[in-house]
Amino acid sequence: MVEAIDTEALWQVLESVPDPEIPVVSVVDLGIVRAVTPELVTITPTYTGCPATQVIERDIREALDAAGFREVAIETVLSPPWTTDWISEAGKARLEDYGIAPPSAALTATCPQCGSTDTEELSRFGSTPCKAQWRCRACLEPFDRFKCH
Amino acid sequence: MATVATDSVLFETLLRLGDDSLVLGQRLGEWCGHAPSVEVDLSLANMGLDLIGQATHFLNAAGAAEGKGRDGDALAFHRDVLDFRNCWLVEQPNGDFAQTMARQFLFSTWQELLFRNLEGSADETIAAIAAKAVKEVRYHAELSAEWVIRLGDGTGESRRRMEEGLEWHWRFVPELFEMDAVATEAAARGVGVDAGLFREDYDRRIRDVLAEATLEAPKDQRPILGGRRGHHSEHLGHLLAVMQFLPRTYPDATW
Repeated sequence: MVEAIDTEALWQVLESVPDPEIPVVSVVDLGIVRAVTPELVTITPTYTGCPATQVIERDIREALDAAGFREVAIETVLSPPWTTDWISEAGKARLEDYGIAPPSAALTATCPQCGSTDTEELSRFGSTPCKAQWRCRACLEPFDRFKCH
Repeated sequence: MATVATDSVLFETLLRLGDDSLVLGQRLGEWCGHAPSVEVDLSLANMGLDLIGQATHFLNAAGAAEGKGRDGDALAFHRDVLDFRNCWLVEQPNGDFAQTMARQFLFSTWQELLFRNLEGSADETIAAIAAKAVKEVRYHAELSAEWVIRLGDGTGESRRRMEEGLEWHWRFVPELFEMDAVATEAAARGVGVDAGLFREDYDRRIRDVLAEATLEAPKDQRPILGGRRGHHSEHLGHLLAVMQFLPRTYPDATW
């Protein structure tokens, strides 16, 4: 008899897969994993052209295989589109600890180093497509801000 | 009017969308390592990435609609210039930075309005790609509008260059709104959209940004049409030669 796969165990495996570009958050924290059933893991890309998308799918495949879930398939869906609202509260806290201002609807970012809101945008695009480059006028440190969208 | 077979309308519609994004993405990639500052270099490369991401989705869907076993890579790398369906605007050479930004402004403003409308497409794949990409394209439109303003209302030299960039690209704008048999049929089926619906909105947005940049709109010129039917400027062939060289020369190459 084949033992039924526990989706809780699948979630645990997925929570151990880090985002390749921001390794402090997992693919679950980022909201890349949409749904998990005993047969299928459904994922969605963050940005249309995000080069990490293929790496993420490969990393998830390897993690599932290593945990013995070779028969669980992975499906990618585009709809509904990913937004920064899919990032979990725990994920946002980890981003901030890491030095990346988490996405927020506020016009100004809060400096992840000193907590000041006296900050300014330097460039619309930062080190990756999902982040913009900001600078803190209080502590003078530059920092990345996750774009809110 | 010639009638167009049902499935070929979807295929052609997806090719037009995908080729616009692919060709402009490749053009922006040419700036990598050459931009005026590292921040601008990142902006151009990231916009290029967004566009190539769109192209991957559109061209994979085009291959599926065609049903002959071609995927997005086959369509991108193994078609010749006459089979490309992009508009003339996106294949224009980068020129200087102002010319690149003028092109981006005229294109991204249009693409944002187009994708907003395509979010309601009767084709689920087109609707999903448009809904996903429109947020990114809004960024491209904002960023390029900021540069039009900064350069137009800047020094004498930056102003002259922006004026020349707009002058060069102005004649390619009417093609964005051309409704030929394929576009009309696609709009009638709810797969595509009648671009005339957002022409006024487009003109107003362009006019507002030019006013803020203290620039006059260029005089209307004789429109250049034909990209949607495979008639292109000499520039596209050179672009494809660079883009397609590797997969054609080493067909089985992998990373």
